[in-house]
Amino acid sequence: MSETITVNGVSQPLPDDVRVSLLDFLRQHLGLTGTKKGCDHGQCGACTVLVDGFRINSCLTLAAMHADQEVTTIEGLGTPEDPSALQRAFVEHDAFQCGYCTPGQICSATALLEEIRSEWPSDASDDLAAPTLTDEEIRERMSGNLCRCGAYANILAAIRQVAEEDA
Amino acid sequence: MRPFDYIRATDPTDAAERTSAPGAMAIAGGTNLIDLMKLQVETPDTLVDVGRLDMGSIEEAGDGLRIGALVTNTATAVHPKVRADYPVLARAILAGATQQLRNKATTAGNLCQRTRCTYFTNIDQPCNKRAPGSGCGAMGGVARLHAILGTSDQCIATYPGDMAVAMAALDAHVHIQGGRGGDRQVPVREFHRLPGETPWQDNVLESGEIITAVTLPLPVKGKQIYRKVRERSSYAFALVSIAAIVAMDGGRIARADLAFGGLAHKPWHDPRLADLLVGEAPSPALFEKAADVLLDEADARGGSEFKIPLARRTLTAVLTEATETRT
Amino acid sequence: MTAHLKQDGPVDRAHLDGMQQGLLGKAVPRIEGYAKVTGTATYAAEYDVADPAEGVLVTATITKGKVTYIDNDAALAMPGVLAVIADARMTTRPAQGTAGEAPEQEPQSVSYWGQPIAVVVAETFEEARNAAKHLVVAYEADADVDLDPAAAQPEPQDGQAVEMGDLTAAMDAATHSVDLTIETDGHASAAMEPHAAIADWDGDNLTVRASLQMLNYNIAELADALGVEEDNVRLISRYVGGGFGSKLGISEEVVAAALAARQLGRPVRVVMSRQQVFQCIMRRSETHQRLQLACDAEGRLTAFGHHARVSNLPGESFAEPVLQSSHFLYGAENRSLGMDLVRIHRMTAGSVRAPGEAVGMPALEMAMDELAEKAGIDPVAFRLRNIPGENPEEDLPFTSHTLADCLRQGAEAFGWDDGPRRPRMRREGDWWIGTGMASAARVHNVSEAKARVRLTAEGRAVVQTDMTDLGTGTYTILAQIAGEMLGLPIDRVTVELGDTNHPRGPGSGGSWGAASIGSAVYLACKALREEIARRANTGEAELGLKDGAVAGGRTLVDLLGGEALEEVGHYEPGDNQDAWTASGFGAFFAQVRVNHWTGEARVDRMLGAFGFGRVLNEKTARSQCLGGITWSIGAALTEALHFDPRDGHLANPDLAEYHVPVHRDVQDVEVLMLEERDPLASAIQAKGIGELGMCGGAGAIANAVYNACGARLRELPMTPDRILAALPE
Ligand SMILES: Cc1cc2nc3c(=O)[nH]c(=O)nc-3n(C[C@H](O)[C@H](O)[C@H](O)COP(=O)(O)OP(=O)(O)OC[C@H]3O[C@@H](n4cnc5c(N)ncnc54)[C@H](O)[C@@H]3O)c2cc1C
Ligand code: SF4
Ligand code: FES
Ligand code: FES
Repeated sequence: MSETITVNGVSQPLPDDVRVSLLDFLRQHLGLTGTKKGCDHGQCGACTVLVDGFRINSCLTLAAMHADQEVTTIEGLGTPEDPSALQRAFVEHDAFQCGYCTPGQICSATALLEEIRSEWPSDASDDLAAPTLTDEEIRERMSGNLCRCGAYANILAAIRQVAEEDA
Repeated sequence: MRPFDYIRATDPTDAAERTSAPGAMAIAGGTNLIDLMKLQVETPDTLVDVGRLDMGSIEEAGDGLRIGALVTNTATAVHPKVRADYPVLARAILAGATQQLRNKATTAGNLCQRTRCTYFTNIDQPCNKRAPGSGCGAMGGVARLHAILGTSDQCIATYPGDMAVAMAALDAHVHIQGGRGGDRQVPVREFHRLPGETPWQDNVLESGEIITAVTLPLPVKGKQIYRKVRERSSYAFALVSIAAIVAMDGGRIARADLAFGGLAHKPWHDPRLADLLVGEAPSPALFEKAADVLLDEADARGGSEFKIPLARRTLTAVLTEATETRT
Repeated sequence: MTAHLKQDGPVDRAHLDGMQQGLLGKAVPRIEGYAKVTGTATYAAEYDVADPAEGVLVTATITKGKVTYIDNDAALAMPGVLAVIADARMTTRPAQGTAGEAPEQEPQSVSYWGQPIAVVVAETFEEARNAAKHLVVAYEADADVDLDPAAAQPEPQDGQAVEMGDLTAAMDAATHSVDLTIETDGHASAAMEPHAAIADWDGDNLTVRASLQMLNYNIAELADALGVEEDNVRLISRYVGGGFGSKLGISEEVVAAALAARQLGRPVRVVMSRQQVFQCIMRRSETHQRLQLACDAEGRLTAFGHHARVSNLPGESFAEPVLQSSHFLYGAENRSLGMDLVRIHRMTAGSVRAPGEAVGMPALEMAMDELAEKAGIDPVAFRLRNIPGENPEEDLPFTSHTLADCLRQGAEAFGWDDGPRRPRMRREGDWWIGTGMASAARVHNVSEAKARVRLTAEGRAVVQTDMTDLGTGTYTILAQIAGEMLGLPIDRVTVELGDTNHPRGPGSGGSWGAASIGSAVYLACKALREEIARRANTGEAELGLKDGAVAGGRTLVDLLGGEALEEVGHYEPGDNQDAWTASGFGAFFAQVRVNHWTGEARVDRMLGAFGFGRVLNEKTARSQCLGGITWSIGAALTEALHFDPRDGHLANPDLAEYHVPVHRDVQDVEVLMLEERDPLASAIQAKGIGELGMCGGAGAIANAVYNACGARLRELPMTPDRILAALPE
């Protein structure tokens, strides 16, 4: 297939084998191993990436389904030398331990901030029309990213800080 | 995952045609189908990607709201009209899965999602739904999460979704294109089937038929509630869920459209409930009676007995809240 | 040179605290933090190894019996398939922690459903997975299989048994007593990184990048399994995506990858699917526990009975050590403790975070709550009354004891109401609100450890050991210890972990990692200080080092004189381990809400107060405790392995149906760290902290559930079905 996909701003040819998930394409074909595989079945969130700005589980989609779309992975959000505000806040608040869920958490949180700006409601919203940014909102919206190390309380603190800086 | 051909459909007619070929399946968001393909539960020869068809918008029709088959669950839940007029639907969607999954999941895919019975998803276990005639592994096995209504000797699986439960309460209609019968409309309440003797058929779609949209009727007055009971506070399928649209008039119940998730092979809708409730003054005794009716044929065939009292209590809770009855 | 300490008695309390860098104990951010948050930290499956083939394990679909035939030819005819391997050296179970030898091998012999029996290797992952799913295998199944722990023949574990006084008589005579049975379901570690290995041979030398906790044992396990010398094996685990016991011993994919790579003469990567991780790695055994407690009118315990039944596969010696802390936590003259192990054919039972106390302590603390209620005594006061001055069973003094402080300070910080307690005293809307508490205890161990510390001529320190960092903070605390001792800011310390080419650490497990390896680094640094002191014409104790400067005006670089210095620290436990009772202690306080319609329970607020010796890094130590509390919530409310009663297969082998807590399950959690110096605990006066946070926590939640709604549960986790069933009308 001569179709392409854009990953972190770089156009890449799609894999020949259509079975390749977007996640395996990133990790194995492009060597972008920042995106993690925790379950391969949409059950953990470790593989979260942004596609055209929306967060999705890259394990439950085929690379081929994303021809001409733009994917942003953790590597596209910041580097050790030039981290994003969320990446910095995660370090500062010790919002991870083993670090395996972390790229997914940060991709999710990056999208979350945008979703809140767009006033999308969540299961935790009292008012569907005008959700407010409570801790409970952040917890619910981050519930698609499991952290077995149990860093949730610190993840919340990190996101909260950046959300408040943003506001 | 087996090798397969991947093609993109060019329009709904093309999609219908291509999916009518043996071994062909439509793929939309892929969050259910790819999951099952990795487990070798689904083994299509051809994947027809319908994802880029022009079925991705929500439009106001004269008689309600038309939600395209490819509208993502997120787009439906955040749509201002849905939030304002059909909050039960927004709530049901938001109670399901996660933001990441809802961003990918589509209207049609969500309706067609398959059961989460773990014998179904394990190809090394018997399952009449996956491998007709192989037996039902869940019966006599671990079946805590299984159905208590409308089961058969063949299968006790549940339909796991949330969105469709709200749609059943709202009496939405599924629009179907292609197939021998041409275009048709099926009420969501009749879209999913009971397992009966053919548990491999989840719904009424026939080969070569694709879903193009779901239409919601004009908004109705009343309180809308979606209550989902689950084992953790998020990211879990329903043990029991209830979508309720309840209106009061002069201290009496004027409308009681109820649908239930987690109890059956389909979003459960029992017309006897509205018959019983409408016109009555709400009271705990009335709610008990409603639960009696709902559960009169309830039958747990393995480990899911608890759903009987749980459904009863959740129904009482929802009706209490909806009618603002004091307890 | 090697600086060695075998610790038989207390170390000098003041030495480490006399250092001047001011780094140790501080809330220093993780030194590997930016690698983790930017996705540049490399986990097992992610090493850039040239052209690896991909292996996928094939697992048994019978419970017990023999593999009689594998259709290799059909598989080899599939696209991309390179090999089907069912080598007799393949392992069929994970090695138990600290085994140091190969676990069960011979994959053709099946002893549990889901056991690895072969590995299919192909050019790509897709090809390998597809071929593995298609592999045709014939079996001869053995119909005689024990699957039900309640029905199997118990094997008493004599080492655990204690009989003192007369329990039955004391129970009969007591003013108040409880006799209850509590069952806990099995747990999975469910570390987020699935088990993975990339094996690569260079002649007879094997390198395996894997996700393992204890390379010091794993190297021996792997060498033994393959029948090669340890010297020919190198293991690398720089980053481990969580372990919690599941990566203590080598697991099946490590050996499979090594054998496949040997056979193909090319690197092979084998990554377990999430389902395989559930099915063929460790489970925590389900437990069946009987608690018999009695007290006098003043609430002093007179009888203490704790009996447990746990299970494992035939051939495994591990038995979930449920009674571990029960032996010393509370006094009572009449004691009876005993353990039975039953043999059933479920996957291997082994260590899952806080083996023993994670399930034993909650059960004990649930019984304590009932007894306190019967005696009409506030549960905090009841525990305070029963803290023994000395180990009630053996003449082994406590190295330190912080339970009373944890109870008191925890109660205060939580705002514990010590007034009369009755269920259903508080209701908000559809929810009953209640509080509960429990003690925490986790035995403290140390283990032999070696670490090398090199001071480069430029005045940088490099710490090297094969110790791993599972997220516990090892990288950072070792940098802090070295920086503190050598007077260097943290950015002048490099820590290299997870490579068996470095000196052997203690391995990360049993919460002993930090205290043991920290002690080794401390010893190495102390020896380096002696040399520096010699050059500065002063004594080691008097040597002042800070920010690379030496008190008296010289600099470290100056004293090094263009030459690097190197020392290996070697720490060994001695009498401190055998002649004392060493434990971390703590207390949990929980506020819970229970929905009166549906029986859903949520933890609104939870506080843990913990005493575990020196806090090495306030941030990472707190995180460990938060993790433990999160696990407590899972054990209390959501986590349960469900096994099919007919073939013993795990019916919920994934993260959708095995419910680890999600973010929303963890509400307001607080940690109080009661810092102390325990000079008998380790050379750095620190104890283990990784597990204490879940040793009893589920009990506090269960007690709060009772206080909220009046349901005394006898089973954990407390899912809505169980709460509804236990709810009094
Ligand atoms: C871990 C996890 C948790 C989840 N939790 C929940 C939950 O709590 N509640 C809930 O409701 N759901 C839940 N889901 C399910 C999720 O909502 C579904 O996977 C999703 O809605 C499917 O939509 P899709 O577009 O991705 O479907 P696909 O995977 O693309 O398709 C699913 C099926 O629909 C068919 N199909 C797709 N489009 C059409 C069409 N136009 N016409 C005809 N047939 C079509 C496909 O052929 C396929 O058989 C969960 C999923 C996962 C993985
Ligand atoms: S309940 Fe239905 S889906 Fe589950 S094993 Fe039985 S037949 Fe299959
Ligand atoms: S790897 Fe995609 S959700 Fe777990
Ligand atoms: S940091 Fe380890 S799983 Fe989240």
